Amino acid sequence: MSASLEKGVRVLKEMIDAPIASYFNSCVHCGLCAEACLFYTETGDPKYTPIHKLEPLRRIYEQEYTLLGRLKKVLGLSKPVTDAELGEWQELVYNSCTLCGRCSLVCPVGNDIVYMVRKFREGMAISGHAPEGIVEATRRTVSTGSPMGVTMHAVKAQMKHVEEETGISIPLDVEGAEYMVLLSSMEIINFPEYLSAIARIMKHAGKTWTLCSTGFEATNSGIQIGVSDLAKTIVSRIVEGAERLKAKTVISPECGHAYTALRWEGPNLIGRPFTFKVQHILEVLDELRSQGLLKTEGFETDRLTFHDPCQLARRGGVIQPQRNLINMVAQNFVEMPDAGKMNWCCGGGGGVTAIEPAEALRIEAFKKKKSQLEAVKPDRLVTACAVCRTTLEEGLEHYQMNIPVVGLTEIIAEHLPEQGA
Amino acid sequence: MNELQFLTWVRGTGLNIAVGIFLLGVLWRLIEIYSLGRKKDLAAPRHVAGASGWHTMFRRSVPPAGMLKRSPVSYIGGYVFHIGLAIVVFLFAPHIKLIESLIGLSWPGLPSQFIDLAAVVTMAAMVVVLVDRINKPVKRYLSTFEDWFTWTVTFLPVLTGWLAVRHLLLPYTTMLALHILSVEILLVVLPFTKLFHAFTLWGSRYYNGAVNGHKGVPV
Repeated sequence: MSASLEKGVRVLKEMIDAPIASYFNSCVHCGLCAEACLFYTETGDPKYTPIHKLEPLRRIYEQEYTLLGRLKKVLGLSKPVTDAELGEWQELVYNSCTLCGRCSLVCPVGNDIVYMVRKFREGMAISGHAPEGIVEATRRTVSTGSPMGVTMHAVKAQMKHVEEETGISIPLDVEGAEYMVLLSSMEIINFPEYLSAIARIMKHAGKTWTLCSTGFEATNSGIQIGVSDLAKTIVSRIVEGAERLKAKTVISPECGHAYTALRWEGPNLIGRPFTFKVQHILEVLDELRSQGLLKTEGFETDRLTFHDPCQLARRGGVIQPQRNLINMVAQNFVEMPDAGKMNWCCGGGGGVTAIEPAEALRIEAFKKKKSQLEAVKPDRLVTACAVCRTTLEEGLEHYQMNIPVVGLTEIIAEHLPEQGA
Repeated sequence: MNELQFLTWVRGTGLNIAVGIFLLGVLWRLIEIYSLGRKKDLAAPRHVAGASGWHTMFRRSVPPAGMLKRSPVSYIGGYVFHIGLAIVVFLFAPHIKLIESLIGLSWPGLPSQFIDLAAVVTMAAMVVVLVDRINKPVKRYLSTFEDWFTWTVTFLPVLTGWLAVRHLLLPYTTMLALHILSVEILLVVLPFTKLFHAFTLWGSRYYNGAVNGHKGVPV
């Protein structure tokens, strides 16, 4: 056994807990999880059945933690997990899984399959079987501060740009502000509208806020690749920044995995609860709305629908705020079939967009989103995650569907009353 | 060993061995699984009504929206054979008498004609889900020896019990002995195969509901 494989198996053994043991013992091979997975429904290939993606982990569980399995191992009757096998599984654990968690909601015996995939990735990464694309993105985040290599210089350039555009100064490293605002690389590079929207909304609501020069990047590919040590390093920058600036609330941007990484995994990664609150921007906006601090005027009259980012809705629990917000500014809002916690993934989450060899499969899986959109025929598609947004734009372009994609925060900002802007 | 000696053995020594292995096996497996524990979730919880482990334990018995249509045979076949098995096992008068003699508890049973019907329907549903397992690419792909084996050891007690009551195929004594033997095989096998889901599914649903409920998602 190679040293890296040995490490991988050791990590996987550490990952196995009572829930995983219970899940593996409960599976009856009914295959219903396949029906919930867009990589299966759109390809019809049974190898994409979610529970099958965990087969090496299941064998390690059986061989290490069950009496019969240990007996079989001693007698040489069990098949050990090999490097070649884990290599083969890379496609199943990464390329064809966005950690969307839809399978976990349908399993009749209650198995939380995505919980296991997330943990399985820890062993895959440590044994050297994570895809090059995500490895690189994580390395860049650790060394430069962002998965796309965006540095504070780029953020400053954008701050300046937004200041010129809006006439509002962008606070940086302000101590004691109520909100510390995070960005995702994708927003810094592709969607500068976000920062401009935040500046206008905060001014309108009369809230104090700041960016943090040592913790501006919200995305965390450490959790996508499955290396908790790196994920911890990345999340610690935000924690240290927020504590240094004494921020009450840290706002996770329009990025699904960033929210999961900070809000739900963050405290577990650093081993203690946070001293500040973490909210997704949509939660903040909805809270301001309910407090009467966010008012809008005018309506969008075209037909809008909303794509629920998996990590925000199903995996994050933010389901109603986006609907309250969109109804503030849209007259013709329609829900896609399966909207909300059962929404179908765009196909790009979980690091999949960073994996080049996964592109053809991702486009194939996009047919699910295509059929959802064809059911409601919207004029524009609204979402709240930069990765979803890029994936949706690419998919729509591939299938020649002319549906612009917009971020919800910027739509809200466009409807602020004039005097507040 | 003649048929009477065979019946005596399965009713005595055989039953004791099987029940013993079953009880110790279940206990051992439950300890083996749940003593692994889990880490406390340090993220601040989001409280939402209906989002908890307890809710999911029950809620997951109902197909989530859209799933019944995607896989009707799994759901309808599954319901019919599980409910059918429960009726046949726990509401057939001779079974209740046996349970009473073992643990002293008893309850009213159903008329034997009804049990007969339930047994036939159960077997039919089991055959349907078996055919589905053979026909559906995903199910066939996932299936291992254990799936075919556990189907067989679940099916045989129903079949032999029904044949014994109907006095078909073999003399009653022999068929009854075979019926009891098949149940004993089922008891011995249950804790060590996927049939153990009968116990762990409650824990699995609880964990899933609790983990997602912590985030405020009722699953």
